[in-house]
Amino acid sequence: MTALIALFWRDLRRAWGSGALWLPILFFLLVATAFPFAVGPDAPLLRRAGGGMVWVAALLAALLPIDRLVKPDKDAGVLDQLAVRGFADEVIAAVKIGAHAIGFGLPLIVALFPAAALLAQDSGRVEMLATGIAIAVPALASLAVLSAALTANHKGGSAIGGLLILPLAVPMLIFGAGMLDPSGRGAVKLLAATSLLLTVIGPFAAGAALRGLRE
Amino acid sequence: MTELLRIDQLACIRGDRLLFEGLSLALNRGGALWLRGPNGAGKSSLIRLAAGLLRPAAGLVERRERVALIDETAALDAELPLRRALDFWARVDTVDGYSVDRAMDEMALNNLAEVPISMLSTGQRKRAAMVRVIASGAPIWLLDEPANGMDDAAQARLVAAIARHRANGGAVLLASHFALDVPDLAELDMGALA
Repeated sequence: MTALIALFWRDLRRAWGSGALWLPILFFLLVATAFPFAVGPDAPLLRRAGGGMVWVAALLAALLPIDRLVKPDKDAGVLDQLAVRGFADEVIAAVKIGAHAIGFGLPLIVALFPAAALLAQDSGRVEMLATGIAIAVPALASLAVLSAALTANHKGGSAIGGLLILPLAVPMLIFGAGMLDPSGRGAVKLLAATSLLLTVIGPFAAGAALRGLRE
Repeated sequence: MTELLRIDQLACIRGDRLLFEGLSLALNRGGALWLRGPNGAGKSSLIRLAAGLLRPAAGLVERRERVALIDETAALDAELPLRRALDFWARVDTVDGYSVDRAMDEMALNNLAEVPISMLSTGQRKRAAMVRVIASGAPIWLLDEPANGMDDAAQARLVAAIARHRANGGAVLLASHFALDVPDLAELDMGALA
């Protein structure tokens, strides 16, 4: 157990210490900043379209750190050393997903508030956005680690990784943005169900992909 | 003599090439075996098979104790000072800082404790990886070219560490393309198997 905690902190330290953390958050805020310039400062229009834009920006921001989640550990031999010590690949994947969910999800939710303000979202909608994204973060982290593991052996893996993630993440986009629609009352439950499914599958699928890296 | 590692009728295929087949060996407590042979003879593959990192095409690998591995990567975080990078593996292996102290002493790295891994030379990095192996306390050492980049003094320390490990009941599987001055060393010529 102490070993897994050490592993978790190492991933978190590497995420926050390298500055790579700020890239997706900055990207997220940039999209939110650029959007009003592109569609004009019409507050009712921004309010209507902005919520969906926050979701799109969050999803795309989740794709950015893919290339540093697994490949550096594989290249440095860290994954081999962990495998030699008998850690199951699924456990390693679960720890990585947990660390990524915290390391990436927390700042994303914090950045959500200025982004939502830029897009003229009122407090009710901000609350729904924060709830929705908080529900989606574990699933996004699962998908990110999965595609990072699948593409760690390939050059330009993060581009392929994005293609892998997007179709799987689309249901969350639909239900997450659907929460903002006054008629979308069941959307939060569907979002939670989708997120739960992806979060549960993640460690097993990513674990299998990590095992595949050794062959 | 207790057996720590047993390899039975092992075959290894990499790509489309059969590297070796029908390979059997056993490592007892205090034993050491030198895998020798030219590049591409399958020394590293055998080490990875013994570590459980590769699946054998045929045959059996049985490890009766914990394993410590050195391969071409140091597996130490480049941005961290040496001591903190080693402390991470000490926590993973659940050994105390004292074991790391002693191992750093054995490989004469104490004065580099605060130097970032990225600033270390190849030989120093190999010594650091060796500290990780010594501190882990694992009875089976799998060393793939541990002396690469090491100078004579460092090689002497490596040989001394191997001797101490064997005296404490450990076993060493050593892959090296050149001879190390390890006493009482069994040999397996991988080049002759192909």
